[in-house]
Amino acid sequence: MKYLKKNKSLLIGLIITGIVLALALIGLFWTPYSTTEMSTTYKLSPPSAAHWFGTDNYGRDIFSRIMQGMGTTFIVSITTVVFGMIVGTVIGMVAGYVGGWFDEVIMRINDVLNAFPSVLLALVFVSFMGTGLLNIILALGILFIPSFARIARSEMLRLKSLQFVQSAQLSKAKHARIIFAHILPNALATIFASAAVGFNNAVLAEASLSYLGLGVQPPTASLGRMISEAGSYLVQAPWFAIAPGVAIIILVMGITLISEGLTKIEQ
Amino acid sequence: MKKISAFFVLIAIVMTAVLSACGGASKTGGNSVVVGISQDLDSLDPHNSVYAGTREVLFNLYEGLVKPTSSGAIEPAVASDFEVAEDAKSILFTLRDGIKYWDGTAVTVEDVIFSVNRYADIQGSESAFSVLKSVEAQGENQILVTLSEANSEFIYQLTCAIIPASFDAEKEECPQGTGPFKFVSYAAGESLEVEKNENYWKEGFPYLDAVTFKIVTDADTAILQLNSGTLDIYQYLTSDQAAALDSEKFNIQVGNVNYVQGMFLNNAAEPFNDVKVRQAIYYAVDRHQISDMLFDGKSHIIGTHLIPAMSAYYDESLEKAYETNADKAKELLKEAGYENGFEFTITVPNNYAPHEGTAQIIAENLAAVGIKANIELVEFTTWYSDVYVDRKYEATVVAVDGTLAPSSWFSKFVTTAGNNFINYNNAEYDQVYSAALAETDLDAKVGYYKQLQKILSDDAASIFCQDPSNLLAINSKLEGYEFYPVSAQDMSIVKYK
Repeated sequence: MKYLKKNKSLLIGLIITGIVLALALIGLFWTPYSTTEMSTTYKLSPPSAAHWFGTDNYGRDIFSRIMQGMGTTFIVSITTVVFGMIVGTVIGMVAGYVGGWFDEVIMRINDVLNAFPSVLLALVFVSFMGTGLLNIILALGILFIPSFARIARSEMLRLKSLQFVQSAQLSKAKHARIIFAHILPNALATIFASAAVGFNNAVLAEASLSYLGLGVQPPTASLGRMISEAGSYLVQAPWFAIAPGVAIIILVMGITLISEGLTKIEQ
Repeated sequence: MKKISAFFVLIAIVMTAVLSACGGASKTGGNSVVVGISQDLDSLDPHNSVYAGTREVLFNLYEGLVKPTSSGAIEPAVASDFEVAEDAKSILFTLRDGIKYWDGTAVTVEDVIFSVNRYADIQGSESAFSVLKSVEAQGENQILVTLSEANSEFIYQLTCAIIPASFDAEKEECPQGTGPFKFVSYAAGESLEVEKNENYWKEGFPYLDAVTFKIVTDADTAILQLNSGTLDIYQYLTSDQAAALDSEKFNIQVGNVNYVQGMFLNNAAEPFNDVKVRQAIYYAVDRHQISDMLFDGKSHIIGTHLIPAMSAYYDESLEKAYETNADKAKELLKEAGYENGFEFTITVPNNYAPHEGTAQIIAENLAAVGIKANIELVEFTTWYSDVYVDRKYEATVVAVDGTLAPSSWFSKFVTTAGNNFINYNNAEYDQVYSAALAETDLDAKVGYYKQLQKILSDDAASIFCQDPSNLLAINSKLEGYEFYPVSAQDMSIVKYK
């Protein structure tokens, strides 16, 4: 706790993310209003005591939808990053350890994946596989593999030449054991730091996909989808777009602060 | 490709791509106008263009033997006169005296024969042109169109453009035409420039010297450009977008988009093969709520597959056939054996926001009677191949268009029709349809078409919701703009006050 007081970024990051997570968790079971119930009477009403963030073009309570939307966005982002991180790390580590033509092939495939804008690739994937929460997670997850593979590989190359690895190799330890028991723990700090950055990218990628109408399917709320729906009402009902926009900023800021804090610990 | 044309689904009315705004010099000064259009042109060849968005522009450049009027009638154009034979098997046209193309060359009988045949070839043998037997010259200035079977509505097909027989699609960008404006230049994705046709046959028209059709795919960008004075006219606005306009600089004209919008059901898929289920859904859906939420209550609520603008044929009474009634819906579901509801998926093309909104509202309406509707947004191309061509879907929200020929609104529900994408199957309907097509007496014809509308409504073939409102912003210095019941933005009647 004392340490947390010194490390302001980590503290604030944890508080923000904690609040966001708590809201999202509550949103899974209970929201002030139904997230789908429509009402012509309350269409686009401005923020008030009854509707804290106002209502949208279908008269739905924006605060309730943000609670649900943060949950959706958070789940999509976290699973995406974890998926990308695990697969990417394994691929990168093995490629870096084995080296030679295997490394070349893997990394060139990586380069190809990297050459396309990620949202474009996700769009292609989604139009082949169809939309839906699972497909989006898969599409975005695959997109995150290259960046993690690259980082894991460079960590592997750095650590491979160190003495403790060489001594393990001399003692005829199994390759898998060397990679995952000896080298991986030393690379984890770097990988986790990039996972935080990856998380933020995932939030934004999900938002853009949903904005294009190919992400989370209505009437489920996600922060990106809410902004997309608010697009035509910017002048008439600015709160409609601002509320989910600010929610995205807060979500991303919280995680960024945590990752900053973690970097400090490492140092 | 004909299918796209007959079934225009607002492909680019709202596209998510943001157009690079404000390119090119505007010509707002003088006696010219800049019209914003929401979709790039698919072809400058009037016979090969399939998008309604293109037809609405080319309406100003090309004319057929006859042309549609804003009231939905037909008036002579390249022909000065026409006569439909009593047995509805032939039409005799008289070429208009002294009619010329933009460049001053005279229109000949050969041009007409060439044009009709070329258009018929492009449309293919499954189109309305399948009944065309021959097009022949009769003397110096008359053309006889003969049909293989009686079809009193074939005249509507002859609005197809008349172009020179010498047109070479390989060498020329676009053929000569007889319309009120002539082609000047076209830049893909940017604009089409046209100017006054000095040889136009109709005395005193057009009023304007030049018109630029500027492609602005994003409605929000169009609002900015309207307010900054770059555009003079733009249509398909929502009421919220219209509210964002400077009310002193622009007038808003309210028309209808002339599409039948609604939730179309695959009549071959369970449980929609049961008429009671379809009727239950019709009772559960609140069409007024859809109109209120998405079109400020300005849509025309409909109850069958025809737009109200076809007033001679339209049966108004069907609008009230299924007033929202959740209890009745539940009762019908119970009778059909779906007391505990069921789950299905609505496939919606993602290029037009109101379709998605409609699906959301319907899903919410259906939840109230225990039916769970999932929404799946897909790209238009996916929608076209999966839903429209392969018919692999349960329900879809789209808009369907037609022409001035009343049959065009009903042909797609004939059991064997190639574009019967809802798999509608009703022998009585097929019979009445054939009878309507052959009938020449207008009153009897109207009777048949009203019968068809009634069948579609009684059967709840699909959930026909509305003809959405179309808000058009027009520079308040301009006047004379009129909405057409077909895809047309007639600039020849627009003038400065």
